[in-house]
Amino acid sequence: MCNRMFATLVLALGVSLPAWAQEAPDAMVKRVAEDVLTQIRSDKELQAGNQAKVKQIIETKLVPNFDFARMTALAMGRHWKSATPEQQKQLTDQFRTLLVRTYSGALSNYRDNTMDYKPLRMNAGDTEVTVRTEVRRQGQAPVQIDYSMEKTAEGWKAYDVIVAGVSLVTNYRDEFSDTVKASGIDGLIAALNKKNAGAPPLAK
Amino acid sequence: MTPRIGALMRAATVALAAATLLLAGCATTQSRVDPFEPWNRAMFEVNDVVDGKVVKPIAEAYVKYTPPLIRSGIANFFGNIEDLFVGINNVLEGNGNRAGDDFGRVLLNSTFGVGGLFDLASMMGIERHNQDFGITFGKWGFPQGPYFFVPLFGPTTLRDGTGTAIRLYLGPTTYIFNDVPIRNVVYGLGGLDARANALGTESMVDQAALDRYRFIRNAYLRARNYQVFDGKPPPEVDDPGE
Repeated sequence: MCNRMFATLVLALGVSLPAWAQEAPDAMVKRVAEDVLTQIRSDKELQAGNQAKVKQIIETKLVPNFDFARMTALAMGRHWKSATPEQQKQLTDQFRTLLVRTYSGALSNYRDNTMDYKPLRMNAGDTEVTVRTEVRRQGQAPVQIDYSMEKTAEGWKAYDVIVAGVSLVTNYRDEFSDTVKASGIDGLIAALNKKNAGAPPLAK
Repeated sequence: MTPRIGALMRAATVALAAATLLLAGCATTQSRVDPFEPWNRAMFEVNDVVDGKVVKPIAEAYVKYTPPLIRSGIANFFGNIEDLFVGINNVLEGNGNRAGDDFGRVLLNSTFGVGGLFDLASMMGIERHNQDFGITFGKWGFPQGPYFFVPLFGPTTLRDGTGTAIRLYLGPTTYIFNDVPIRNVVYGLGGLDARANALGTESMVDQAALDRYRFIRNAYLRARNYQVFDGKPPPEVDDPGE
């Protein structure tokens, strides 16, 4: 309560929050999303799909706001515990690379989108929240995109993205679990490695 | 509701109920949701060839060479027809307010939007909804039934496919265009528009998936479930037995 009053006071005085004050999770999502959208809209090279530039945006603006270790652990489900620390590190690295590559290919598609940010339901002291947004495209039904976020020492970080009800982590859990069952954890690492090396997708 | 639609809906409901019961009995060997996986994977590969060699290149050329204004006009035209069915389904599900929005959209866009070529309603803040017969059947309590991958149509289930069949049967391009060749061109254009809209998502799935078939199936089933439960699907149970 006091926190909120202080924040309101600071905002009312028109003074920006000091750097050490932790940004609210919904404010963070909005800031990052708008920042990236503004860049895509104003940069012709990004729109044309200049991969080096796209990757740089993703690495500097998006990646720092995700907790890839937790994402990987969740996507691995019960297999995470049976992986050695070295395997866990490799899985996290490969999964991170896969996601960065995926979003690099898709980023320029978002140029004509606008985002709506839903009011956040959060109690004081919560360390896990879901930030709800809606992506709007001219003439199409809006798409819900939710971010599961956790509070860390370095601020809020996302550990899952749920697009139109499809959780990224859950969808990968099926993929990972089937691969681990068929060829073990090292088999999964090898499959991710191969995928990231640019191998064409496997229809099996 | 015309007698034609009424009779069709009854027939479909009976057929769907019978098929669901029938298939529920034999759907225990393979994966619960995808008992025909080997067949579906074969169809998936057929689709890769046919789509990759013919349809996708046409859709890409269509996106590349059609001026954006014309392309959005075509998309809006088909969207306007779809809005009518979105409204019908919202009525069938008892969502009066939403149906009002949908029919309002059709009315606005068909008149001031020049036969649906312009989506004035969206500009005025009346949003398009996602709704179809498959979702309606889901809300009425029909399970998805077995999953199917149909070449050129993509992922579906017994329930959703039944919905799509009804939707295709009802037209209404059938009523508007009496001339068969013109009607076929319109169908073709509608399909092309739908295919072109999927290009972005497709390239993302290609990049994201270890196994595209599985990735698309699981994402499809979850997204449909989410729609049936209005964004609040029951929590998933971990399924180690699959």
